[in-house]
Amino acid sequence: MMTVGLGHYLVVSAILLVLGIFGIFLNRKNVIVILMAIELILLAVNLNFVAFSAALGDLAGQIMAMLVLTVAAAEAAIGLAIVVIYFRNRGSIQVEDVNLMKG
Amino acid sequence: MIVDFLFYVFATVLVASAAMVVSARNPVHSVLFLILAFFNAAALFLIVGAEFLAMILVIVYVGAVAVLFLFVVMMLDVDFIQLRSGFQRYLPIGALVGVVLFVELLSAIGGWKLAPQAGQLRFAPIDAKVSNTEAIGRILYTDYVFLFQAAGLVLLVAMIGAIVLTLRDRKTSRHQNIRQQTERKVADTLEMVTVGLGTGTGTDFYRPKVAEVAASDEAVHGHEGHGHGGHGHGH
Repeated sequence: MMTVGLGHYLVVSAILLVLGIFGIFLNRKNVIVILMAIELILLAVNLNFVAFSAALGDLAGQIMAMLVLTVAAAEAAIGLAIVVIYFRNRGSIQVEDVNLMKG
Repeated sequence: MIVDFLFYVFATVLVASAAMVVSARNPVHSVLFLILAFFNAAALFLIVGAEFLAMILVIVYVGAVAVLFLFVVMMLDVDFIQLRSGFQRYLPIGALVGVVLFVELLSAIGGWKLAPQAGQLRFAPIDAKVSNTEAIGRILYTDYVFLFQAAGLVLLVAMIGAIVLTLRDRKTSRHQNIRQQTERKVADTLEMVTVGLGTGTGTDFYRPKVAEVAASDEAVHGHEGHGHGGHGHGH
């Protein structure tokens, strides 16, 4: 068992990021799980920031992690609001049905 | 060594619960595993010395975001079995992209090392004598105050946006009509009643206009004059 350092945190955060992206592919239809996968990706970003902050002895990384946290919370709130009004209008949250704008 | 052991425990649980988030059959279970993942990430933050961020993660994510997810998942009456119909179809391509990305990331992590002068380029060096929370407070409100205010602005815009998006104006809801209120006259609701000589106080007074229903009720009770007055006002 090696002593835990920056590399270990980077590997854990890489696994989290990959799992988040994998989740977006896997749950193509369920937008709520897609939002949760995005939360996982942002958590991986936070883990990177904090690990580098501790490894370099620099607090700026933790400040940036707080900013990422803020953005993640705002994104979750807006995303869920959109899901709620979409469900209210269409009675379904299937992402593949979202073609109102014919994009 | 106990710290190393704890790191491996928390990292394993974190990765396992993250895998369950994306693969659980029931979205409610997904949210609960997301909460578990956040708790373990907070433990990893604690191990590395970022206590304040660990507490923020537990409070903000578990207390607000995850509960918001839970509310939405339970509130929407969605057929989640049907939403999983493409699960098998997207599994190979998702696994392929994931494996490629992971190998790339691992190669990047493996062949990477800190620049020798990285130690001299700190923006805010960590002072061992000051606690983590106090150190963050000292630089957050001085060097990074604009960042702090920008974060506040992001949250404000998100709050207003969420309210604007979900506010539904029902036809039956009652709104305050300020113009109607300010233009209201005394005669709209009150009527002048003239009291006959020797029957009352001797002065005229205002009384609230009597509705039709109330007037007919009083008529049943035999107050003929009173009922008649109310009825006359109706014309």
